[in-house]
Amino acid sequence: MQVTSSVRQPLVTGGKTYHDVTYDVARQVEGKPTKLWFLAFLTAAGVLALGSIALLATLWEGIGMWGLNKTVGWAWDITNFVWWVGIGHAGTLISAVLLLFRQKWRTSINRAAEAMTIFAVICAAMFPVIHMGRPWLGAYWALPLPNTFGSLWVNFNSPLLWDVFAISTYFSVSLVFWYIGLIPDFATIRDRATGLRKTIYGALSFGWDGAAKTWMRYESVSLILAGLATPLVLSVHTIVSFDFATSVIPGWHTTIFPPYFVAGAIFSGFAMVLTLMIITRKVFKLEDYITIGHIELMNIVIIITGSIVGIAYITEFFIAWYSGVEAEQYAFINRATGPYWWAYWSMMTCNVISPQLFWFKKIRTSIVATFLLSLVVNIGMWFERFVIIVTSLHRDYLPSSWAMFYPTWADVGVYLFTFGLFFTLFFLFAKFFPVINMAEVKSVLKSSSDKAHN
Amino acid sequence: MKENKKTYWKGLEQLSNDPEFVKHADREFPELPSTLSEDGSATRRDFLKVMGFSLAAASLAACEAPVRKAIPYVNKPVDINPSIPNYYASTFASGGDYAAVVVKTREGRPIKIDGNELSPINKGKVNAIVEASVLSLYDKQRVTGPMVGGSKSDWKTVDTEIKGKLTSAGAVKIVSNTILSPSTQKAILEFGAAFGGAEVIMYDPISNYGISKAAETFYGQAVIPSYHFDKAKTIVSFGADFLGTWISPIEFAGAYAKTRKISKDKAEMSRHYQFESNLSLTGANADYRTPIKASQSGLAVLALYNSIASKAGVAPVSAPKVEIANLDKAANDLWAAKGASLVVSGSNDPNVQVVVNAINEMLGNNGATVDFSNPVYFRKGNDARMNQFVAELKGGQVGAVIFYNCNPVYDHAKGAEIAEGISKAKLSISTNGTLDETSSLVQIVAPDHHFLESWNDFEPKKGHYSLSQPTISPLFDTRQAQDSFLTWAGSTTNYYDYLQANWNATLFPTLGNGATFQEFWDRSLFNGVVAVESVPTVVAPIVDATLAAAEVGKSYKADNPGAELVIYSKVGIGNGAFANNPWLQEMPDPITKATWDNYLTVSQKWASDNGVTMVEEHTKKAQITVNGKSLIVPILVQPGQANGTFGLALGYGRTKAGRVADGVGVNAFDLLDATKGFVNFDITTGVEVLVTEDAYKIARTQTHQTFMARENVIQESTLAEYKEDASAGRYKPEIYKDGEFVKPSKISLWSGHKYSQHHWGLAIDMNSCIGCGACTVACQVENNVAVVGKQEVLNRREMAWIRIDRYYSSDASADDLSGLEVASENPEVTFQPMMCQQCNNAPCETVCPVAATTHSSEGLNQMTYNRCIGTRYCANNCPYKVRRFNWFKYHDNKDFAGVNVAQNDDLGKMVLNPDVTVRVRGVMEKCSMCVQRIQAGKLTAKREKRKLEDGEVNVACAVACPTDALVFGDMNDPNSKVSKLLKIEETDSAIKEVGEERAYHVLEEINVSPNVWYFTKIRNKEKNEA
Repeated sequence: MQVTSSVRQPLVTGGKTYHDVTYDVARQVEGKPTKLWFLAFLTAAGVLALGSIALLATLWEGIGMWGLNKTVGWAWDITNFVWWVGIGHAGTLISAVLLLFRQKWRTSINRAAEAMTIFAVICAAMFPVIHMGRPWLGAYWALPLPNTFGSLWVNFNSPLLWDVFAISTYFSVSLVFWYIGLIPDFATIRDRATGLRKTIYGALSFGWDGAAKTWMRYESVSLILAGLATPLVLSVHTIVSFDFATSVIPGWHTTIFPPYFVAGAIFSGFAMVLTLMIITRKVFKLEDYITIGHIELMNIVIIITGSIVGIAYITEFFIAWYSGVEAEQYAFINRATGPYWWAYWSMMTCNVISPQLFWFKKIRTSIVATFLLSLVVNIGMWFERFVIIVTSLHRDYLPSSWAMFYPTWADVGVYLFTFGLFFTLFFLFAKFFPVINMAEVKSVLKSSSDKAHN
Repeated sequence: MKENKKTYWKGLEQLSNDPEFVKHADREFPELPSTLSEDGSATRRDFLKVMGFSLAAASLAACEAPVRKAIPYVNKPVDINPSIPNYYASTFASGGDYAAVVVKTREGRPIKIDGNELSPINKGKVNAIVEASVLSLYDKQRVTGPMVGGSKSDWKTVDTEIKGKLTSAGAVKIVSNTILSPSTQKAILEFGAAFGGAEVIMYDPISNYGISKAAETFYGQAVIPSYHFDKAKTIVSFGADFLGTWISPIEFAGAYAKTRKISKDKAEMSRHYQFESNLSLTGANADYRTPIKASQSGLAVLALYNSIASKAGVAPVSAPKVEIANLDKAANDLWAAKGASLVVSGSNDPNVQVVVNAINEMLGNNGATVDFSNPVYFRKGNDARMNQFVAELKGGQVGAVIFYNCNPVYDHAKGAEIAEGISKAKLSISTNGTLDETSSLVQIVAPDHHFLESWNDFEPKKGHYSLSQPTISPLFDTRQAQDSFLTWAGSTTNYYDYLQANWNATLFPTLGNGATFQEFWDRSLFNGVVAVESVPTVVAPIVDATLAAAEVGKSYKADNPGAELVIYSKVGIGNGAFANNPWLQEMPDPITKATWDNYLTVSQKWASDNGVTMVEEHTKKAQITVNGKSLIVPILVQPGQANGTFGLALGYGRTKAGRVADGVGVNAFDLLDATKGFVNFDITTGVEVLVTEDAYKIARTQTHQTFMARENVIQESTLAEYKEDASAGRYKPEIYKDGEFVKPSKISLWSGHKYSQHHWGLAIDMNSCIGCGACTVACQVENNVAVVGKQEVLNRREMAWIRIDRYYSSDASADDLSGLEVASENPEVTFQPMMCQQCNNAPCETVCPVAATTHSSEGLNQMTYNRCIGTRYCANNCPYKVRRFNWFKYHDNKDFAGVNVAQNDDLGKMVLNPDVTVRVRGVMEKCSMCVQRIQAGKLTAKREKRKLEDGEVNVACAVACPTDALVFGDMNDPNSKVSKLLKIEETDSAIKEVGEERAYHVLEEINVSPNVWYFTKIRNKEKNEA
């Protein structure tokens, strides 16, 4: 018997050679910044500057600058935190999990996805610090540092402390993984450069010599780090979800949260990767590396995770009814029909209904539709966290304390700050770092280019 | 350049060539000889040592907080021991309100006022106003010295000017609120005598003239009787808010609560009917409450009269027919409880009060629950005389007018006319402590001391005397008003001697009991009160009610089509005299839960008819016109408001009270009707209300009004059911585990705590809690709780550690969730004090990442402010939402200086309790169960080498509570009051099992295991109506 497998879609189009790959990617780093890049960078930096007014006001005056109150103690701060952490999931998933599963299509998107992860985690990590009443103390009191304050020690029962470890571990591993991947590419740029640039990229490439032994070590380290990072993909958002799941608040106290949060994180992470990649491939003319095939594959992941999230929403409702717990039932009915119904239905529309459009091949292979839906998904995922946090808190056990949350300009401003920070960092990355992993793309060129068999 | 020939010396030593100086003259630091070698050069070692030390010292010094200098006493004053409080018995009296108090001072500063337990009137209890009055002492807006013509002066000038002018001024009138002090009255009499008979005109901002006038007509003596609510089995009140504001609310609340406390041994409680227009605090506590229009109230009283008369076989009076629900039932209950029932009316109409007297006569209540032989003197104001005075003042017939601690320009119905007339008097003087609406118009301000700086005596009730004594030296250049009167009368005695002499002459002979006067005086001053046992005697009526009833029949209508305005006073703000006190402004009104405002209360029906909806804090403004006078006020939709009537509170709209109160709300005194010979609070004609398009926000601490039929929060039943089953109304959640249903407390992740010494607990009887809010202010004072102002209350960030949740019932069924959000048109009201529940399995403790909130070995959940980093996770995870976060820096912050005066200006800070930290920005805080008091009590016991006894330590809220609804104590002590009340079965286990069937935990099913228990609310209703 003979098995004939159909010819796979090429991962790199345009008949690229090894030199073409180097040229296409390194030209962005080596050339002068384009006007478009300047425009984008300055816009991002402007948003950063604008947002920092809100951030400084918050740090100077206090958390009272936000719209929080005695009933709703977290709102935009933790919503943004969870949202950014969620976005930060895709990078590791793409580079680590797909590496382990030997998915070659990841090679052209993993670099940018990982960069996005790092920046998103930086944005996310900011919130647990700035949302504190006294961040100047909390920034280090939340760490188990030996101290002379007496018998003071952190409380290992607290999910917030677990967060500290989860986020910092995730950030460190992601950073190392990303950087190790960058070393061979830095070396490539170094080899092509002269003068100051050569010195800088030389330092960044840690004396990479391209020897077979070096490559072997590189491969081993990548594999080990991928092995380390894979459980983190599951653990980080699981632990973030514990902030809510271990509490006593109806709507938070839910055992479904860990898988539901992880699926949601991958969902939103992929959407953000798509948003960024669609822009990058266009601006940097990398259509041959990030092909429609890539986009389609990512859209399929979005359908799957979006559906998981949708099922989770419905399961929550079912369990609320099935549990017979009055407060829990009210929390969910209130989500859908209470004063924040619009947030709930925004979430349902954006997260559950709209990704189903990707069942149509025409839509999932359309750049414009994908781009729009990737934005919609991230809007939906922001609402998901807002719904979970705010609608659960604003009407919990005692009706006497029920209250509304209204955001202030500072809430918006701090969120903008993280956007500014994220895009400033991303544009700096896009200009000065190779946005596509040249080394890995070259490794699949032979097998997966459309010229491979010619 | 010219050569400088001047020589500068380093000091006299150089000039005199002192050998010691010459020896070290070349050294840079001659005064450092010890570490340097003899020849003046430092060795390397020494240099390093000095250098190392200086470096270390410099860096250590840099770590220190800036040094603030405190000046120690050169000679320690007697009785002042740093950190040890002193307590002085004294008396609060203002505008016809009275309370015998005990003032706590620390390092010479009064910081807290509690009730005097020896007082037979307020029995150790206070209300919010009395509790908060200590802050008014430290009000920066007080007048700091005498003033003439609007500018500062001195007492000598003032005295000379007044003495000179008084002799030639003509008729001298002294205007005052009720004067309770016999010695003051004597001093004023003496003053009057010196100027050819000055007349004292008393009025009360919240007048009860109708009662005394009616007593004059009916019994021949113009007095207000004592009421004994504790002896009444059936209470019927027509608009009298006797628990909140009527005559002597602290006394009445205590007495009333006695009839409302039930237990298995005493399964009986009074039945309380209320017929009123506004939903008052009293109405909220009634078993049967009927909303009636103010125009019907007189007819309702007549109908009750006729109903009782037919039972008593007395001839009925002719009365227009009126349909009032529950009135016949009330009559039956009254008749059944003859001699132990009580009918009261809040009306200021003397004719209505005559009929009320007649009803009480028929019921045999005179001499039993109503005692005219031992009248109270709280409200002696005479509206008719005051009206006449205003006419005289306007007519220029008054030569000299002295406003003795009263503010009629603001708080009298004819305030505008008085303001106009003041200038017509040749001499006008005010003794008010602030430059208020009245004293800013007079020629001379001779400011009186604050009551905490004064000597005085009081006779609040026949045979009851109390004293006030200074607890601090006068803060400003003020002088006791009585001293002023005596000085102006030409006397040289000071008021203290005068007071003593008066007591020696009048009270000592009868009450001395064989002691010397000094002993008698010392004992009286120490105790604060002196009382004679009073036996009620029956005072016989001199007329019948026919005439009055006919008048009532004429002036009230069964169906008045027009709008009616019922002007009332709030529990917190009262008549507005203390409006500049931010603690009272921020105290939520017991019923509406609104702060920092007055507003027009409208019925739900009127609101829906007129397109007014109140969502959260958002509302509209209305224009109310009363006989030509218009005010623009925000609308508050009030369940229970009689349709067609509107309520508006007095005490707001101050213009010259100070920065806290000025411009807050509108002045309803302007709308009072003084045309009928008495001040009429019920305006039934000429009222028009128009809704405007202006949006407005009312700052309420609770915006959701119903309890959504949640049995885990409010558990209630009726007396009839309670008699059958003591656990009636109890909700007992059970959880299925291993094939059986078990109590939630049987399932826990936690191994539990061990409480080997004490285990503090609090039992709250929802049947006794009347919702007055005295506890909330007491807590604010005791625990330095910040005031945050209207905007921050609107932002839902008030800081109160204890709040009283007020829930209305709803007509909707339990599964109609949106229907449940709407209160009934005439709802049942439940009050539930809510503070940190000190959970044994505290959800806040597990989630704090830095262990800033932890469990004490005595069952308390304690907050370590220093460790708190402010993640607010604890507050989110608190099922009771009792944690409060410092969103901003509330102390020493100019943004809050206008409202949080106790933590901002130097003077205001004197009121702070030094035992409690003022919290910084960014930390969480909450009820600590007054841990500072617990610690102080334990230390005292330890020093005296004994066990802490029950009752020695009590929390501030429980101390203040006029109804003893809160009982605090050690649950490990089987003999403590709280253990007995809860019937704690095993006092040695950490999780207490209680035998009391009414006791429950709020949210029992989540098993956070609080140390605060609630007792079911029982209403004395027929079973089928519950």
